[in-house]
Amino acid sequence: MMEIVRIDHLVKTYSKGSVQALRDVSFSVNDGEIFGLIGPDGAGKTTLFRIIATLLTPDTGDANVLGLDTIKDYQKIRPQMGYMPGRFSLYQDLTVHENLSFFATVFGTTIEENYDLIRDIYVQLEPFQDRRAGKLSGGMKQKLALCCALIHKPRILLLDEPTTGVDPVSRKEFWVILQRLKNIGITIIVATPYMDEAAQCDRIAFLQNGKILKLDTPQNIVNAYGDKIWAVKAADMFQLITALRQAPRLLIQYAFGEYVHAVSDRNNPNSSQELEEYLTSEGLKNIVIHETAPTIEDSFIQLLR
Amino acid sequence: MTNEPIIEIRELTKKFGNFTAVDHISFEVVKGEIFGFLGANGAGKTTAMRMLCGLSTPTSGEAKVAGYDIKTQTEKVKRMIGYMSQKFSLYDNLTVWENLEFYAGIYGLRKKEIREKGEQLIIQLQLQDSSNKLVGSLPLGWKQKLAFSIAIFHEPAVVFLDEPTGGVDPLTRRQFWEMIYEAAHRGITVFATTHYMDEAEYCDRVCIMVDGRVAALDSPAKLRASFEVSSMDDVFYQLARAATRVE
Repeated sequence: MMEIVRIDHLVKTYSKGSVQALRDVSFSVNDGEIFGLIGPDGAGKTTLFRIIATLLTPDTGDANVLGLDTIKDYQKIRPQMGYMPGRFSLYQDLTVHENLSFFATVFGTTIEENYDLIRDIYVQLEPFQDRRAGKLSGGMKQKLALCCALIHKPRILLLDEPTTGVDPVSRKEFWVILQRLKNIGITIIVATPYMDEAAQCDRIAFLQNGKILKLDTPQNIVNAYGDKIWAVKAADMFQLITALRQAPRLLIQYAFGEYVHAVSDRNNPNSSQELEEYLTSEGLKNIVIHETAPTIEDSFIQLLR
Repeated sequence: MTNEPIIEIRELTKKFGNFTAVDHISFEVVKGEIFGFLGANGAGKTTAMRMLCGLSTPTSGEAKVAGYDIKTQTEKVKRMIGYMSQKFSLYDNLTVWENLEFYAGIYGLRKKEIREKGEQLIIQLQLQDSSNKLVGSLPLGWKQKLAFSIAIFHEPAVVFLDEPTGGVDPLTRRQFWEMIYEAAHRGITVFATTHYMDEAEYCDRVCIMVDGRVAALDSPAKLRASFEVSSMDDVFYQLARAATRVE
């Protein structure tokens, strides 16, 4: 598989070196994949995007896009890349149509020429095409920004937290669109704080404090989990979490949907009977315990522990 | 959790011109409950929440928060509540301690009380080394925990949380929810909006708003059962997809 982006030992600091945004980051992205950057605010995701987008130079290390150097060859890279920054950065006082037409013109194309690429998204915006971008709702802004990033038919799409603050229905729709763009051959690098979205990427990198903690396919990541997870439920959640904190041989416990995940040491796991007896002795009622398979989120928590 | 209602809403409605943002909603929230208030963008959550906080006057209908009328006793309502949102909560250019002093002062706590309770809180949050640092310099996760602690510092009857947890790692998000559980356990009612559907599962009951109306209200387990789905995500998706209102 061809490598479309290659990152070698990137280091980037801010404020005269006192803030280390990226600490020796290396990875590559394959042509045609959806590559996810997963991590909290401050992990270094945006810095990485800005370097790949040729908008920021690293302190040391190299970034290559389509075999071109992001510093020397930035002019050749830019026409082949679409970038949707995390902060809404279209012209608020231009209309929907004016924004799109502006971005098309800047890249030497027209809306008509590449309309096929954006049609499915743009039809939802068409009723509002004379509305100023600043007056759109969050979900609509996000769709317009995606159209503007796509209008010059880029090979690579960089999406910096496109779904943050967006409701679950719009998030789902957005991912349907991404899968479709992938199917027509566009490589997508996307940052997200949502673990359910991470599972939809071909490969993901967990980023924390400027470092990659892990990089693999979602499936390989959960397969490598190793520890035993007990999903535990009881009448009183607060009491349950408090009690589990003191439970013997647990590595960690945390709320997980309607359950608490109690993670048991792989070398010396608790049995469910043992846990149940302990919780009963602590006065918990209506206890339910069963083993559960790890998710991407469990894996990330394991790495943070 | 008791059965004592702390928020009572009857036919609450807010119109902006011809647009009905909140359309005759009615429900109660009880003391110590963690109540999830969900809906797609534009479903009317923020408008409803602003009315309950005494910041916006309803067009019709009634609501009481901690026994006070949100139309006629707004100042009393404000004293009984705490508020936190991810977008705005603390002043970045004040220190940790200054923020605490400022908010506690607004709620009328005495200097001595602020000092004693504040010092305890700083220890609890393990911010001893940071209490003189500007809030803007703290990691987001710390900021969120501090903002929540400050929002309940004056022991309000109800704390309103408007998408409190975005942008942090999954472990930090959980630590934040453990603080919420603890507050609820102490009797503070928590009224929260969130876009994370797993967080909806942490709530005792969840209300899903669609087009300004209450489309569903029950415990997560009962909602899942009645919609015959396995997650709140699917419940939400089924309901919100049916929305007719254009954003």
